[in-house]
Amino acid sequence: MSSRAFKNPISESAPVRLTLIFIVLAFLALFVLTPLLIVFKEAFGKGSGEYVAALQEPDAVSAIRLTLLVAAIAVPANLLFGVAASWAIAKFEFRGKAFLITLIDLPFSVSPVISGLVYVLLFGANSFLGPFLKSYGIQVVFAVPGIVLATIFVTFPFVARELIPLMQDQGTGDEEAAISLGANGWQAFWYVTLPNIKWALLYGVLLCNARAMGEFGAVSVVSGHIRGLTNTMPLHVEILYNDYNVVGAFGVASLLALLALLTLVLRTILETRYGSELSAGQKH
Amino acid sequence: MEIRVEKIRKEFDLYPALHDVSLDIKSGELIALLGPSGSGKTTLLRLIAGLEQPTQGRIFFGNEDASYKSVRERNVGFVFQHYALFRHMTVAENVAFGLTVRPKAQRPPKAEIRRRALELLDMVQLSGLEKRFPNQLSGGQRQRVALARAMAIEPKVLLLDEPFGALDAKVRKELRRWLREFHDRTGHTTVFVTHDQEEALELADRVVVMSQGKIEQVGSSDDVYDRPNSPFVFSFIGESANLPVTVEGGAVFFHGAPTGLSAQRDGAARLFFRPQDVSLADEGPGFTGPVTASRRLAGTRIAEVELGSSEEPCHVEIEVPLDAAASNGSVLSFRPTRWKLFY
Ligand SMILES: Nc1ncnc2c1ncn2[C@@H]1O[C@H](COP(=O)(O)OP(=O)(O)OP(=O)(O)O)[C@@H](O)[C@H]1O
Ligand SMILES: [Mg+2]
Repeated sequence: MSSRAFKNPISESAPVRLTLIFIVLAFLALFVLTPLLIVFKEAFGKGSGEYVAALQEPDAVSAIRLTLLVAAIAVPANLLFGVAASWAIAKFEFRGKAFLITLIDLPFSVSPVISGLVYVLLFGANSFLGPFLKSYGIQVVFAVPGIVLATIFVTFPFVARELIPLMQDQGTGDEEAAISLGANGWQAFWYVTLPNIKWALLYGVLLCNARAMGEFGAVSVVSGHIRGLTNTMPLHVEILYNDYNVVGAFGVASLLALLALLTLVLRTILETRYGSELSAGQKH
Repeated sequence: MEIRVEKIRKEFDLYPALHDVSLDIKSGELIALLGPSGSGKTTLLRLIAGLEQPTQGRIFFGNEDASYKSVRERNVGFVFQHYALFRHMTVAENVAFGLTVRPKAQRPPKAEIRRRALELLDMVQLSGLEKRFPNQLSGGQRQRVALARAMAIEPKVLLLDEPFGALDAKVRKELRRWLREFHDRTGHTTVFVTHDQEEALELADRVVVMSQGKIEQVGSSDDVYDRPNSPFVFSFIGESANLPVTVEGGAVFFHGAPTGLSAQRDGAARLFFRPQDVSLADEGPGFTGPVTASRRLAGTRIAEVELGSSEEPCHVEIEVPLDAAASNGSVLSFRPTRWKLFY
């Protein structure tokens, strides 16, 4: 051995490394940390009493309720859809599979505003379906159903995207083994498939939920901004801000920020503890 | 349980992976499916198990047509090539799985299931490892867990896909002997896939030699080794040499010269023989040519002899006694003592 330290062939020299790390940290501080701090600083700008009062104001409470309701419908719906879609894609051969995968990605590549507009065109007052549903007393656009639909559309790739590569990699061997041992389809899914994908599923649900609660664009188009009725938290933040109600706006925003932080922490825990079970390529 | 495979054809996307395969397996037999990669061994095994549907043909279990019975109804124990152990379950839970998923009416009580699982683990000599997870086991141990798991459902038929494929030579040998004892003790009808001919010949009661989606020959080790019925089997199993010859008037000629061998039917043919089935012949007709290479192999010497014309030489390997003069360049003359012609 020579006395010089071993130089890793793919590592850079110390100055380069330090500079890169510094740039990244500065970037993060400027664009992520500062806004986060400002949210909380403004929210507590007039003391915690005002902060609590802003969150207890009826319109704020209604916005929080609506957001929770929308997430409570959209997330389970996309959980079911995501598992079903990735199951079909990973375990069966059928024509048009590649097309289906592309289709699942659609919400990622379409601007949320467009997604919202599509629902307005589909269910709005001048559309074909709108008046028809209205004659049965169902209002979709500018009401809760529209918000739920738009949210489901925007968030449906999250679970499926997380599961498809993992399930494709795992193949059908375990399920075949289960069935050859006498399990029926449901038992094979419950005892074998689900445990194999559970952490990835949780991860996908986490991302899906964060987006469902935070979605602005698509929801904004279909909501109609009726205070106390069709405003979700992000929409409510905007309205309050436009009213120069800084404490109110940032108070509600701080809740969304907390949700983001919580999601981040949970993600980190999942990634560090179950990293190998989240991504494809794992072997046992 | 007897198994009868009747004129099975299996196509994947119109490409036939098996054509017109028929096979009778006797109750309690240990059968090896042997063949090169892609010859359809796994496909045949999966068809017997019911993991795959035949395009044509039928499969009987005993006297019952099982062609359209599901995997569950066939009650076979299948051991997968890569074990397919459930990674989130302990060894004991893996072994107990087949009993745990039984319908309530047929499911033994919890304590009984556990007792049976431990008993099976004891049988495959893995006592004490029941709390481990599959990724905490060696390859050979995983293999035996997979076997114990398949045995738990008390199958009438045991199907194993390259059971020892992923193991090193020493462990393979051990498990091979162990499987044979295991089979003799339990008396299950067992079919295993292998592409290792030594394994097939040593272990199986009968060997099924497959090639390109067809069964070439079925027989005991002696049958397929000593009496191969096709050029493929002759060259696939064991070492062999083959030469183009012509038969005229009952005598076999090689490149126009008499070989001292005689045959019934006239015409062009290929002569097959094994390296050890030759005797050196200093006089009289035979095959003569210079030695191009020679190597020592345990108690004998293998000489590579160049035969035929120099334009299109044929190289054959023959076994010669250690004291024979077989250095490079020296000329050897030999005659096959056991041989076969394929026209
Ligand atoms: N699911 C499938 N789809 C399409 N073709 C298949 C499928 N399974 C097998 N085949 C084809 O059928 C043929 C036989 O395959 P099989 O797996 O039975 O071979 P094998 O004898 O087990 O080979 P190996 O020793 O490599 O495992 C191969 O040509 C293979 O490409
Ligand atoms: Mg195979």
